[in-house]
Parts: sequence; C-alpha cells; structure tokens
Amino acid sequence: MVDFGGWELPQQYTSIRDEHIAVRKAAGLFDISHMGRFKVIGEAGLAFLQSLLTNDLSRIGRGRAQYNLMCNDQGGILDDLVVYWGDDGFTVVVNAANRERDLEWMRSHAPSSVEIEDRTFELALIAFQGPRAQELLPAKGLDDLPYFGFRPGQVAGVSALVSRTGYTGEDGFEIFVSADLVGEVWDAILKNGAGQGVLPAGLGARDATRLEAALRLYGNDMDDSVNPYEAGLGWTVRLDKGEFIGRDSLGRIKRDGPARTMVGLTTAPGDIARHGATVRSQDRAVGSVTSGTHSFFLGHPIALALVEVASLRVGETAGVDVRGRQASAEVVQLPFYRGSARSAAAPAKS
Amino acid sequence: MAGRLYTKSHEWLTVDGKSVTVGITDFAQSQLGDVVFLELPKPGRKLDAGESFGVVESVKAASDLYSPVSGRVAAVNEQLAAKPELINSDPYGDGWILKLELAGDLPTDLMDEAAYKKSTESQT
Repeated sequence: MVDFGGWELPQQYTSIRDEHIAVRKAAGLFDISHMGRFKVIGEAGLAFLQSLLTNDLSRIGRGRAQYNLMCNDQGGILDDLVVYWGDDGFTVVVNAANRERDLEWMRSHAPSSVEIEDRTFELALIAFQGPRAQELLPAKGLDDLPYFGFRPGQVAGVSALVSRTGYTGEDGFEIFVSADLVGEVWDAILKNGAGQGVLPAGLGARDATRLEAALRLYGNDMDDSVNPYEAGLGWTVRLDKGEFIGRDSLGRIKRDGPARTMVGLTTAPGDIARHGATVRSQDRAVGSVTSGTHSFFLGHPIALALVEVASLRVGETAGVDVRGRQASAEVVQLPFYRGSARSAAAPAKS
Repeated sequence: MAGRLYTKSHEWLTVDGKSVTVGITDFAQSQLGDVVFLELPKPGRKLDAGESFGVVESVKAASDLYSPVSGRVAAVNEQLAAKPELINSDPYGDGWILKLELAGDLPTDLMDEAAYKKSTESQT
C-alpha cells in the first residue's frame, strides 16, 4: 500500500503487468474513491463554475460530463477536474492531493448564494475500464450512454450514478455509489468478470494506462507553474465564453505562444526516464521529464516531457538522463496508445 | 551446501565451496514491484564485498545491487534479459542473478534467515 494524498491505495493487487494488460484486453476495476467529490449547490452554480473554470459548460447540458481546468489569475493550473451535470446540479471531481486547497479556492470565489459541499467521504467512486467494459459490467440500460454521458442507473442491482468516462484511454464507466454499498458492487463486478480477464487494478496500472493515453497527471505533468497551452490542454480553454479566472493571462499566452510544450518520448527497454530527468537536444538541456514508466503493453518505456517550444520535433532523437548517464530517446506523436475510448473530444486529445 | 544467507541491502546468497549464487530477496522484490530490467556485469569482473555491481529497474524505481562477497563474476543469469519477471515470480530459484567465485572469506555481517526476517519486520 502507498500513501496517495492521505489515502492508502494499493500499487498493485497482484501484478502491475497483469492488471495493466487486463485493462487493455478486457477490463480492470479501479477504486478511485480518493478523488475529491464536491457538490455545487445553488441556482447560480452554472454561472459560478463558468467564472471559475476554463472550459465552457454551456457546450454540454444536463446528463453530460466535461473535462475542465481551474487556473489562477496568472493562468497557472490549480487543478484538472471533471464536472458532472446531473439532475440535481453539478458534481466536481478533483485530484485527491488538491482536495482541501481546491475547496478553499472554490469557497473563497463562490457568491453567497452558492454552497460547495464536500461529499468525498459519503460517496465511493470506482472505475471499470477496458475494451470489454460495457459487455462485462453487470448493469442494465447503460449501453446507449454516450461518451462523457452521465446518468442514474443500477449496477449489480444497486442504485448508482454512472458516467462513461475514465483515465485509461479505454471505453468504460465511472460509478458513484454510496460508500456503504460499494463493497457489494465491487465484488459483483469482479464475480461477473471472473474467467473473462477482468482484474482489480491498482495505482501502478492506472499510472501506466493513463500515461500511454497521454492523459496528464496533476503534480507530475503540471502544477501552478504550468499553463494549459504548455500542458497541451489548450483545447479546454474557451476564451470566448465570457469572464473567468485567468482569462486575461491565458489570452496573452495564447497570442504570444507558450514558452514550453509537452512531448512524448520512447526509450530502449530498461531506460526508464523518471520524473525530473533532464531532456537534451544535441547536448543542450531543453526541459525535463514530467512522467515516465515502463509500458508492459507496448514493451518499452514511455515518458512525457515539458520542453522549450520547437526544441524537439516528432521523429527526432533526444537525450534523456537515465541512472546518471545519457540515454537516447525518440520523440513520438501523442498519445502513445489510442484505446477504445470513443471520442476524440476526450482528454486523450492533446 | 549451507543455508541461505542475507545482506542488509536485501541480497541473498548460497555458498557451495567457492561458488556463491546471488539474488535479491522475496522482501526486496515485493517492495520493488514488477521488475522490468536488470543491468548486470560481464563474467570475469572482480567485485569487492559491498560493491555495486548492477541495477534492478522496476516500474517504481531503479535500485542498486551490491555484491555480498568479494570475488570474480563466474556467470550471470542470461534468462533475466528476456524474462526480468523471474525476479518477482521465483526470487530464490530461476530468478538468481549472479554466480561468483569467492575470493577470501565470507564477510562477518551476513545474516541467517531468522536474523534477516527480524530485520525486515522493522521495515514494513
């Protein structure tokens, strides 16, 4: 078990390799209850979220979810999050390590008519992810749930809120269910998938699959010193939607062009470039690795790096520090792997 | 052949005359998680007790390997190049790492199984 934002989470249940392959070939079941869950209450909830976040919620509607960023006045990323627009208002799911800071930031900017309630400890959240997730989820009436759709349903006979979202690049579901019933749902999903390649999957598989899909991880790939254009998340910034925190700065950054950009690197087996490793272009340091791991599915290491704009292009060779020496890396197109996730409008797009 | 001996840095060894077989312990492999690569010395290299002879790279981190004894590398486990996961699945068997030809005496700070077990219990 490892500490993850104050939560004890398994790095692996059995083996990162097996769990990773299960997610890519069948489906894996993740406990993501550590993610912060806030309820935004009040008539002015929509206007408030529009003033707080970079994406435009008027482009979706009830029954949909949207990937979003929360930035400071300078355009630095405070968190990346998903907003779920339900029948009873908005639920916001944030990163575990940022939960308390986000809550404070949101409350300090909310008008008196809007209340932010922390529901993290009442509602569990599990994710069932993989190309066979729909077929193998013991639920009814969810087949026509569109990508990034969100609605109430029954999973293993238990009432839940279900969204067709995830963090693996695969098709799949995220299931919000009351904390006292989640064990029952968890067991039923695993029982239903027994003999079909379904496995419970830990943080190791989650990190490897999200990295293959080039989904950014807050705290590794970005923090408040990185802006959305540098992180390759400019597509979530809607400067034309009206006033929001960071808009002026982001408008300037977009006009002038960002100083850095996110690139994908692959290296030879064994050469795992870790977070913080220096990246070079012809012996000149141009940036550093933000996330790196070995991909059991692709058979070689992969890494994301934040580097000077135009310093490295797809197809070029870069140098990267591995265990105190310089290893050769190839700059590749992102994502490293495109799974069964349905839409190009997902966060997988970079 | 005597029983398995252990180091503070989580290598194990068995001694058969002058031939010493070295690997990493079950505790070490479980802490490292899935091993993906090993950087190992070539046969013939001379090692001092406590000298770093290679690296084991897991999904989580890279860790140095230390020679438990002084001696010359007689053989490395060639199977690990294609199947590094043997370190996880069979750390005391097919996951052995090196065979050394012992030079001199065994160091005095090696632990037996009971002592090693006790030392790891304080680390979990």
